[in-house]
Amino acid sequence: MTRPAGALPAEFADVHPDAWTEPFWLANREQRLTIPKCVNCGTFRFPPGPFCHSCRHQEVEQVEISGAGTVYTYTVVRHAVVPSLADSVPYVIAVLEFDDAPGVRMIANIVESDVDAVRIGSRVELAWDHVDDEVTVPRFRLAG
Amino acid sequence: MFPKDETAVVGVGSTPYYKRGASLPQTKIEMACKVILAACEDAGLSVEDVDGFAYYSGGFDTGLIAQTLGIPEVRFTATLTGGGGGAAGSVGLAAAAITSGHANVVVSLMTLQQVTGARFGAAFASKGGGTYSRPVTPEMDFVTPHGLFAPGQMFSMLAQRHMHLYGTRREAFAEVAISERENAVNRPTARFRDRITLDDYMSARMISDPLCLFDYTQENDGAVAVITTTAERARDLRKPPVYVSGAANGSAGRWGQAIMWMGMPDEYFASSGHRTVARDVYARAGVTAADIDVALLYDHFTPMVVMQLEDYGFCEVGEGGPFVESGAIRWKTGSIPVNTHGGNLSEAYIIGMTHVKEAVEQLRGEAVNQVENAEVALVSGGPAPTPVSAIILRK
Repeated sequence: MTRPAGALPAEFADVHPDAWTEPFWLANREQRLTIPKCVNCGTFRFPPGPFCHSCRHQEVEQVEISGAGTVYTYTVVRHAVVPSLADSVPYVIAVLEFDDAPGVRMIANIVESDVDAVRIGSRVELAWDHVDDEVTVPRFRLAG
Repeated sequence: MFPKDETAVVGVGSTPYYKRGASLPQTKIEMACKVILAACEDAGLSVEDVDGFAYYSGGFDTGLIAQTLGIPEVRFTATLTGGGGGAAGSVGLAAAAITSGHANVVVSLMTLQQVTGARFGAAFASKGGGTYSRPVTPEMDFVTPHGLFAPGQMFSMLAQRHMHLYGTRREAFAEVAISERENAVNRPTARFRDRITLDDYMSARMISDPLCLFDYTQENDGAVAVITTTAERARDLRKPPVYVSGAANGSAGRWGQAIMWMGMPDEYFASSGHRTVARDVYARAGVTAADIDVALLYDHFTPMVVMQLEDYGFCEVGEGGPFVESGAIRWKTGSIPVNTHGGNLSEAYIIGMTHVKEAVEQLRGEAVNQVENAEVALVSGGPAPTPVSAIILRK
């Protein structure tokens, strides 16, 4: 159980699952990235929530995806807005789209990569961050 | 049918604008009461005439105001949901209260005091613990673990996308900052009055790419109150009436929480989120962008002014960068003077209520940087999670 280079301090990975988000966080512990998909109309739903925005159906299946994706947009954070991030800047926050879950976007850090190499359209792959026994967060790195 | 011109803004009042935290030892309720009294004085009304309150961004404790100022009766008190997006819309809410018969003299108000641990700039930091920090929620678990804490970081990602799609340059963002600073130079109420150049802008430190120091609003303390009443009553008061011609709040539904979820449809991801509100406010007022003499556009971050110019039809979507770089938003020489008061960037950040105040002063003909023959003004609330809002005022 390790953390990737450039991962933010563990204190920020404090999560508060509800009935709809818990499957995501539990799957992460097993290094499975899952996105809920409407069993009625097939629309992916993220962040996980109680209704399909397209057909208003509730029930979902948890679909495991590869994490291969593309940077939709991003920022390089160069100023620590809270003191405990002082040793973490610069870091990249990206909004990602995934090859096998069209229609959803995920906010995530890009780690283990040159922060100045990230571009819109850059390809990314998973870099799991086992923050502690309770919480695992999907991070991403630029794909070779 | 919107009650066009049936209500009017009749009074405005403000405290001095302070550096963040520097309004102490005044209390928040003290500043709130000061500006309500000042707005009543400006209007030629007694505070005992006030019978309604219409807020945004968390509102204020109306009970505390009423007991403190000895307001005889409260007949309407309500707050638009969301945050700074509702700034201009709070005046629309006042108009709705009046024309629906709930109240006659309605106060819209913002009071901001950012003492230790209460800072908007880190509003989304889960460990912030301050007054302005958002509560933890299952939804925010998809935001804060990634160190996405600050509105500036969030809007930087919309700006990055706009640059990617349309080739928008940092020079455009610089022009927003530089032109607003020019407007602040001769304005006694403005907190930043030193001219800035393109060189200053380009050599400023980057905060969250592509935004640098000059792309960011200030963080201030202070208060602004605005009083709205019926058009009929307005005509007998101290100052010329400034009619509420149109008002709108809301957004496209899937704009949703916007910067807090980033799932907005690609069609309007790189926008201010104002397109439906722009359509509605123009239709209600019966005007178009070509009729607007001065635009007070909520400017927490420079790129969002560029995107609002597009969404309000001053130029085509994607053309905002070249449009501002052409000098179009300059006072006196531009085709649409923007933020003649210096805006949040250079005058002060009271979550958008200074924009309403400036519109009123422009239409009364008493502005410091007066736009000649200004008859119609557009005021927008912040590009923000739903709702965003706008009003069109006319003399």
